[in-house]
Amino acid sequence: MSCEVLACLQWLCSHPVPVSFRLCFKDFFIHKFKAVLGKNRIIFPGEKVLLAVSGGPSSCSMLRQVQEGLSQKANKKLRFVPGVAFIDEGAAIGQSVEERQRTVAELQAVFQATGFPFYILPLEQVLDLPASVVATNPSPSEQPASAYKAAVHHFVETDGSNFPRPQEPKKTLLPRVQESHTLMLQQLLGSVKTLTAREELLNTLRQHLLVHTARTEGYSKLMLGDSCTRLAVKLLTSISLGRGAQLAQDTGFSDSRYGDIILVRPMRDYSAKEVAYYNHLFTVPYVVIPSVDTKTVDKASIQRLTESFVTKLQTDFPSTVSTIYRLTSEKLQTACRKRSGADGCDRCLLCLCSLDTAVGE
Amino acid sequence: MPESWNLLHDLGTGLRDRANILAVACIDVPTWRSWTTWVTSVGFRGGAELLFNGVKKHHVTLPSQSEPWDMKQLLVWIQRNLLKERPELFVQGDSVRPGILVLINDADWELMGELDYQLQDQDNVVFISTLHGG
Repeated sequence: MSCEVLACLQWLCSHPVPVSFRLCFKDFFIHKFKAVLGKNRIIFPGEKVLLAVSGGPSSCSMLRQVQEGLSQKANKKLRFVPGVAFIDEGAAIGQSVEERQRTVAELQAVFQATGFPFYILPLEQVLDLPASVVATNPSPSEQPASAYKAAVHHFVETDGSNFPRPQEPKKTLLPRVQESHTLMLQQLLGSVKTLTAREELLNTLRQHLLVHTARTEGYSKLMLGDSCTRLAVKLLTSISLGRGAQLAQDTGFSDSRYGDIILVRPMRDYSAKEVAYYNHLFTVPYVVIPSVDTKTVDKASIQRLTESFVTKLQTDFPSTVSTIYRLTSEKLQTACRKRSGADGCDRCLLCLCSLDTAVGE
Repeated sequence: MPESWNLLHDLGTGLRDRANILAVACIDVPTWRSWTTWVTSVGFRGGAELLFNGVKKHHVTLPSQSEPWDMKQLLVWIQRNLLKERPELFVQGDSVRPGILVLINDADWELMGELDYQLQDQDNVVFISTLHGG
């Protein structure tokens, strides 16, 4: 199916971009988003879902897909209640208060235009989180497969009137950050010797803050905007970092390590190129925010090196990313499910995945 | 009917002569174009603009030359005149760094001949970095 679509796209691309191509591509793009959610049946109607938006092209594209999916005129409307969370990481890259405020203001305008409630979270807030954030809460009891169909049927019958309505976005003022907190965070990140470890630490802090926000604001699902290309890079990086046993959770469609909050990656079927093309054709607003590895050389960190390796290989062998993604991550998904039934197993304090420290089995 | 056949024949010949004249005129067009300047708009998105002082859109007038400009020459021109820092993050050898998507009039340059594509007046070229942000 995908080969035919690609051939169709290539044929259409050989002519100046006509309106018919744009519509065809748009339908294909939107359909893929709904299909991945529909196939996995993990988000129930009326459920509150927090979208983690970094401001980058992939997560902003995800935001646009949710908007499209929820709009009145959509065919097979999405049925969940979204909220948006943005983490301001300006402290990690040494941005001034004014620069951070400017970026936040730009993104605030984008979020306000969607009409969804949004939360601007300075990364410094992670220093004040309670210890419960590094605990796995009991997950709601496993729903049988038939429960999803029944829930959809009920939602359609009642026209969604029994389910929580999308909230009005609160007028959020930009949270004030104490300078001492910023310094403390910078000291923490500065104490890490390598860029590789610093990027990993940032990932961990980011995830803790997002999960905590989801818990306190009553969201049961967290949507992340990682594209196929990013996940392929993450997969190889994770192996290099010794996280081979946790690959399924780090790169799979759903990640249930936190128990009550399920992480979902609906953008995992889109390559970075498709996302960039869609954003360009349909003017999806996004804000480029430098991160700790911006403008660094290839060998600055394992993450940068892996990204450079995969991207260069992709130029000559266009099936690189899809091969890494398809052959490995989907097979790993099945294997991990069998093991996750073990209760009371030791978990890592930082990433909350089961420990894999048994030697020589 | 013989008369109408002749009429059609004369019409066809006339059209063919006119087409020949038009064909000759078309061949002459490129030499006429060498006197004109080439105006294109060049855009940088997705983080690529960080290498160009944050400026996303540039309207450029390329100096006229006898041969039409192609993408290879444009890249060299961009490197010399627009790029502010870290050339290795934008170009690699003759081409762009892997991970940078190039769109010519909203179409992927891979379908237009990549570096061999000959620019036309008022073309819109956009360089989108796919390496940054998620």
